[in-house]
Amino acid sequence: MSGRIARLLFLGMIAVTLALPLFVISGVSVNEKRRLLFPPQGFSLKWYGDLFTSESWLGAVFNSLSIAVLAALLACSIALPIAYALWRYGLFYARALYAMGIAPFILPPVITALGFLVFWTTAGFYGQFWAVVVSHGIFLVTLPLISISLGFESIDREHLDAAQTLGADEATLFRTVTLPMVVPYLVSGYAFAFVLSLNEYIIAYMVAGFTVETLPIKVFNALRYGYTPVMASVAVVFICVTLFVFGLVGRYGDLPRLLGAWSPKD
Amino acid sequence: MSDAAIPKQRGAAAVLAYPTAVLAVFLLLPFGTMVAMSFYRRIPDGTFEAAFIFDNYVNLLRPFFVGNAAHSLAVAGTVAVVCVLLAFPFTYLLTRMRRRGQIVWLVFLLGILALSEVFIGFSWSVLLSRTAGVSNVPFWLGLLEKPVSLSPSGLAMMLGLCYLAFPYTVLVLFPSLSRLDPSLPEAARTMGSSPLGAFFRVIVPVSRPAILAALIMVFVFTLGAFVIPQVLGKPQHWTLAVHITDAALNRANVPAAAAMSMALLAASLALVALTAWIGQRKAGGKAGGKAGR
Repeated sequence: MSGRIARLLFLGMIAVTLALPLFVISGVSVNEKRRLLFPPQGFSLKWYGDLFTSESWLGAVFNSLSIAVLAALLACSIALPIAYALWRYGLFYARALYAMGIAPFILPPVITALGFLVFWTTAGFYGQFWAVVVSHGIFLVTLPLISISLGFESIDREHLDAAQTLGADEATLFRTVTLPMVVPYLVSGYAFAFVLSLNEYIIAYMVAGFTVETLPIKVFNALRYGYTPVMASVAVVFICVTLFVFGLVGRYGDLPRLLGAWSPKD
Repeated sequence: MSDAAIPKQRGAAAVLAYPTAVLAVFLLLPFGTMVAMSFYRRIPDGTFEAAFIFDNYVNLLRPFFVGNAAHSLAVAGTVAVVCVLLAFPFTYLLTRMRRRGQIVWLVFLLGILALSEVFIGFSWSVLLSRTAGVSNVPFWLGLLEKPVSLSPSGLAMMLGLCYLAFPYTVLVLFPSLSRLDPSLPEAARTMGSSPLGAFFRVIVPVSRPAILAALIMVFVFTLGAFVIPQVLGKPQHWTLAVHITDAALNRANVPAAAAMSMALLAASLALVALTAWIGQRKAGGKAGGKAGR
């Protein structure tokens, strides 16, 4: 009995600590005056309105969203063939590409960020929108790579044998059997890459921090000139979008398995 | 694997041509450029010229850099130990929950992990501020004369970094703990051990490789923190990642930044390789085991 209470207390303490800053930030985002007070004084949603009406914030919203949509697409387009070749042919070379795709994500991101900075400066594309898209796409290859690989591993080889016995060639097999089975994992991988690109700061900052303002960059720059409730409202919107996307993955995908647990059927 | 070796190779080559080209141009080339620049000569007006000198590396031996590096390593080490101490029992309890509860927790943890360091740093600076912060609680209770600002300070930075790294630690520990044989704690219980005794005498010892791997991964993860030391700490608390960008962007000394970056890369790679080795050794005993992530 006391063990149960201790367990609940421990879990509750972790939950409260994790939620506390998010709770306070939501509180200050509805202050009526231009001050960050908690508990908030008055109630107003005008700071959320500012985010979607003021020109300077809207520009950052557009930059962030378009970079994330395109970068996640690029990441998936690189990850899918690598994961496929690794699963279908099991070549050492495919394994090396896989490791290469994972590496930037495991190492401190500042290393990759500096690599991109010197690369884009040398190539003459420093500060360009496309440079950020490509940099994010490469940096985030890891997420679709892991999830799509899990998808391929979950395919029952008997389906493939059946299709081949019925005369399907390699391309038909991929299009009609393999691909439909990994699509859920592809979508999860896209969602992960999309959300992380939205939230990514250091690479976007090093590649085009002074010309292409994304929302994290804009908030970080604004931190130096004093806090406004608009920044808190941006943070709240990001928390909601992030939780919503992962909520969808959790609802329709196999989240514990994506994160490395054996699924019940194994 | 054997009968159609030639078509197999051709098929793989066709499939892998595009990812190979993209990764070679946009990943290997940037890394190569950075390596080259770490040997370039800096010109005082803020640019640099191609050269093959070791000055940038020799400069890493100056007390300023050595002090920074030692500070960063100490910060990352402390965060890793605190996070693993908290996250290990938490993750164990998480893996013993029903599937629904697990998914809710995982969504919550992933949400915080994906959240930009900018927003986490900002939220914590508000949480520790004078006007909206936690110090208002003892003030209302009459324990404090007036609310105080707790940020920026070294403690605020450590709190923020632990908050940042905790979800990551849970997700690093999650695979090995969720694959733990459920009959292990049961057996310990049958033999007369208390739940807590079973945890410390059975679960912790069999998870030693996972704990070690998590310590290293969280250490490397924390080394990469960039925004929180700037928002929640004072300049003397800045970590290597901050100094690297500072050198590259504000002091316009890209060769020095590249050399610092190479030092960080070497240390991180060595540690990640160590983790992979631990994972391999652990998987060696079990059939179908995989080395880490």
